[in-house]
Amino acid sequence: MNSGVQHKSAYKIISVVILVILAILFLFPLYWIVTGAFKTGAEINAIKPVWFPSEWTLMNFEHLFSKRTCPLFQLGGLVGPTVPAVFRWLLNTVFMAVMAMILTCITASAAGYALAKKRFRGRAIVFGLIVCAMALPKQVILIPLLKEMAALDLNDTLWAVIFPTVGWPFGVFLMKQFSESIPGEMLEAARIDGASELRTFTTVVIPLVKPGIGALAIFTFINSWNDYFMQLVMLTSNENATISLGISTLMAETSIDMGLLMAGAALAAAPIIIVFLIFQKYFTQGITMGAVKG
Amino acid sequence: MARQKQPTMSRALQRRENISGYAFMLPSLIFFVGFVVLPMFICIFMGFTDANMHDKTMFGSFIGLQNYIRLFHDKTFLQALWNTFIIVIISVPATCAFSLWVSSAIYKMGSFSRSFYRIVFYLPVVTGSVAVTAVWKWMYNNYTGILNTVLKGVGLIDQNINWLGDPKFALYCIIVILFTTSVGQPIVLYVSALGNVDPTLVEAAEVDGATDMQVFWKVKWPQIMPTTLYILVITTINSFQCFALIQLLTQGSSNTNTVMYHIYFTAFKLTDQAGHFGYANAMGVVLAIAIGILSAVQFKLAKEK
Repeated sequence: MNSGVQHKSAYKIISVVILVILAILFLFPLYWIVTGAFKTGAEINAIKPVWFPSEWTLMNFEHLFSKRTCPLFQLGGLVGPTVPAVFRWLLNTVFMAVMAMILTCITASAAGYALAKKRFRGRAIVFGLIVCAMALPKQVILIPLLKEMAALDLNDTLWAVIFPTVGWPFGVFLMKQFSESIPGEMLEAARIDGASELRTFTTVVIPLVKPGIGALAIFTFINSWNDYFMQLVMLTSNENATISLGISTLMAETSIDMGLLMAGAALAAAPIIIVFLIFQKYFTQGITMGAVKG
Repeated sequence: MARQKQPTMSRALQRRENISGYAFMLPSLIFFVGFVVLPMFICIFMGFTDANMHDKTMFGSFIGLQNYIRLFHDKTFLQALWNTFIIVIISVPATCAFSLWVSSAIYKMGSFSRSFYRIVFYLPVVTGSVAVTAVWKWMYNNYTGILNTVLKGVGLIDQNINWLGDPKFALYCIIVILFTTSVGQPIVLYVSALGNVDPTLVEAAEVDGATDMQVFWKVKWPQIMPTTLYILVITTINSFQCFALIQLLTQGSSNTNTVMYHIYFTAFKLTDQAGHFGYANAMGVVLAIAIGILSAVQFKLAKEK
């Protein structure tokens, strides 16, 4: 018994040590981006890597901001002030991710509720189609989507990226799972009280599936922000580029300035990491389906 | 309302359910059908045509199975298929085993350290493929990369290695990056699944004198099987779709071409600028079928267990 306990605690110590080493390895690329972004050219290109910048410089960011310019926004004839292209890219990315998130949350929570609680005809077929679509590689349909967007005259607009993201059925599936646990009696009670379908949905269903909506919102935001392939295929002009696309053009240059690249990477990753850290509690709460039971 | 009339009640109720059900489904269905289902059918059709980027029409002309016949004689495509296969074979088991080990090590920790590790392993996913690839590109660099310095420092290598330029290493270097960006979600899922294992069963087994290993394989493993299955499927799909890393790091050189990159290359980057959409879509269909078969096999194996 005693040796068993010792055995157990030895294993525990070893596993914690391994975990800490792994955590350091997983955090290292991030550390390397941040320190690299503030290193001087000499330290960036040093043959013997500099583990910690001896002097912090903003030079890389200055290069990044002076590299290209474009108007901050264009709405019809209204053209915004000329700013570093990076700002426009960030604005585009935020708009894209927020729009995709809002539209996905609205459509998916309604559809998930219908699939879970409404016994409409054809429900099984619709659900089957959704499950099948989820198992398919999303990127395979990009070429047909591009043709479709050309036909809809949405080529090279952010909508061409937003709409397919909203259409992706994962959200509906997730919200169906969350809606399953809504007690039928509560819906029945609302119906007997004479509440309309829409009122039942907004006052009874939505509050009950809030954790699901939270999880879906953060998922969609992050996925949309980082869906590089779709952005690459759909968006072609400098004005409509996202931050990922903008940074990727730095990488394609023949003589790469690693400091500039790290500054770009830091700028692309910082907002999304901050959003993730703020909402991560909600995110993990939501992902644990049990949280809905209460 | 027709509710009072006893004989027609069920039909009226059904009608009500139909109308409200589809009303709630409608916004989602518009996007789903318009931007997922329809493109899927277009993809299948386009695979039988010689459609290209510059065609004003959607499909070009019908050429039967020619694209598919061409595919299986296309050495570049077959090589890409093989490389993709290697990525899947290595990264899927590695991701599942790694995330299961990490999860079982952290799920009983206090909520602070549990969240800490979960966040750490999820961060590469959040950081985004472009930023992650950018930093790895630097770390793998032949001259200024940190990997060469560290490995030389500990005496594992004595010459700088051009990691991404050497066909012997490039694909495995990419698998490493893919791995670090894939374990985040499985860990979140496993931690929650392990936390939901029925504690009375575990206690009962421990009272009966089962060892930790026995408790894990006989009690917990069967209960987290659905999660494992889900993780297998999503990791497989992810590995098959490996694209950004290739496009940003090697453009398919050094023997790292994958099917997804080859599709992109055929459609947008081929030197003749023709944009072979029909041919690229035929590859897409083959890829989808391969993923479908593999998912089905995984399901079947998991069920038998």
